[in-house]
Amino acid sequence: MAVSTNYELKMGPATRESFGKALVELGKTNPNIVVCDADLSKSTNTNFFAKEFPERFFQCGIAEANMVAVGSGLSAAGKVAFVSSFSAFVLNKGFEQLRVTAAYPNVNLKVVGTHSGISIGEDGPSQMSIEDLSLACNLPGFTVLSPADDASMKAAIHLAAEHKGPVFVRAGRVKTPLIYPEGTPFRIGGSHELLTGGDLAILANGLLVAEAIKAAVQLDSEGISARVIDLYSIKPIDREAIDRAARECGAIVVAEEHLKDTGIGARVAQVAAETTPCIMEFVGIDNTYAESGTPEAVVEKYGLLAKDIAAAARKALARKK
Amino acid sequence: MNKTSNPADLAEISKRVRRHIIEMITAAKSGHPGGSLSATELVVTLFFDTMRHDPANPKWADRDHFILGKGHACPVLYSTMAECGYTPIDQLNTFRRLGSIYQGHPDVRFIPALEASTGSLGQGLSIGLGMALAARLDHRPSRTYVVLGDGEIQEGQVWEAAMFASFHKLDNLACIVDYNKIQLDGFVEDIMPLEPLADKWKSFGWHVIEINGHDIPAVQAAFAEAATVKGKPTVILAHTVKGKGVSFMENNPKWHGTAPSKEECELALKELA
Repeated sequence: MAVSTNYELKMGPATRESFGKALVELGKTNPNIVVCDADLSKSTNTNFFAKEFPERFFQCGIAEANMVAVGSGLSAAGKVAFVSSFSAFVLNKGFEQLRVTAAYPNVNLKVVGTHSGISIGEDGPSQMSIEDLSLACNLPGFTVLSPADDASMKAAIHLAAEHKGPVFVRAGRVKTPLIYPEGTPFRIGGSHELLTGGDLAILANGLLVAEAIKAAVQLDSEGISARVIDLYSIKPIDREAIDRAARECGAIVVAEEHLKDTGIGARVAQVAAETTPCIMEFVGIDNTYAESGTPEAVVEKYGLLAKDIAAAARKALARKK
Repeated sequence: MNKTSNPADLAEISKRVRRHIIEMITAAKSGHPGGSLSATELVVTLFFDTMRHDPANPKWADRDHFILGKGHACPVLYSTMAECGYTPIDQLNTFRRLGSIYQGHPDVRFIPALEASTGSLGQGLSIGLGMALAARLDHRPSRTYVVLGDGEIQEGQVWEAAMFASFHKLDNLACIVDYNKIQLDGFVEDIMPLEPLADKWKSFGWHVIEINGHDIPAVQAAFAEAATVKGKPTVILAHTVKGKGVSFMENNPKWHGTAPSKEECELALKELA
């Protein structure tokens, strides 16, 4: 079955922009939503909310540790506080505050890290978050979401607001291809099978979902049938979908814009080990920091494109035989 | 609970709280007596006189919020809350045992009436600022009180919070520094001096009140003054004595985090009779 017609992958907005718009929508219906930012609101796009609801927006200055704990205080006092900065800053500079003021007391704090991964390009490694999903998953009780496009980001922000408990949502800087029609349902702990296939399964999240679709199209032309799953819920993870992929395909490729050592690949492998062990290959950042360059050049050099996923898929299939 | 503004009554309650502190740390064979004893009048005056709160309705929306930034001094908080009727007095001696509600540092999972889980220094003031913001947004009369240790304010986050509080004009929050001059490794002056401390807070835009933190009328007056200050947060620098009330513990860094032996406990209780 030719799969190439299923997804146009027309370019859409960056997921940070979708986040900013979703916050405004939430703000209109829920007066309890408040937002904190650490002098990056023009970049995280919380400035949309700040413009619409200035009395519910708190500028924290360049002080992420304080921002996270202020957000926890707001949430503990009954607000639904969203705190936002670049992923690299809010998770690394705010990690201990996320741990002690949000995760441990199970406070209803929402954390959105934008400019995640290495696709921010020119700014280079100090601003690139390659360990954020791992850090967020190291916070017991946190829900962790990594949406791929406009519709899924908007859904993720609404899910985060509705969920009682701490949530981390990962957003990106660059424009992202559209994958889902508006109104597609998402759920915490869910995943979406975007392409059916039985030779192997490609499990991706975030920016790599579109690349996984492109890889599957290439593989299809080679006579390889690849299932593509958007694993947008990182924690809790869709164990059933992983188990089914392992059982039905016998080979899994995990693709992510994150360090391989501590990324979603490791989490998927754990689930497969506990359910149906299978051949696995991993596409991600390999024990290194990246460098400056255009986003396109950086993701190519560090091996995060469809061709890298396709190569990993061929390797997995060769091992399977 | 019976609230009181009578300094003699508050002194009597403080004495009972000090006895609880000594007994529970002795029973646990671990804990932090020095900084619990130094903060006793501050915490007792807040809970028995100053604060709006109701032990029968701990989640009352209009209540005042109390956060103990220096979470290791939780024996003073547990004892005071127990005296108020929030939690059982007869279980104070289960402190630090598996399953006890009186965890080693304040833990909201075990005592929901606590406002925050603390223990990692430097975070309490920021949490309090969030609560103060929420109260202002909701037009609630709630005031927020945060007690910090003097060593604790060596944490950089405290100064991030100090900048934030004055910029956002959080006059519904008061921060109290239990300035007992001693931290775990020794005297604050030898570890990382804080002076000129009043000038530091003033330069960060705070209203500063300096008192003897064991002088109950002075403590009452400081909280009353803080409530009248508009447009800026207030910090109360409470000069205290670490280990206050037990002669052999006073001003001795050893008693920051050491439990008394049974004999030392008896000696201490005699002094607190």
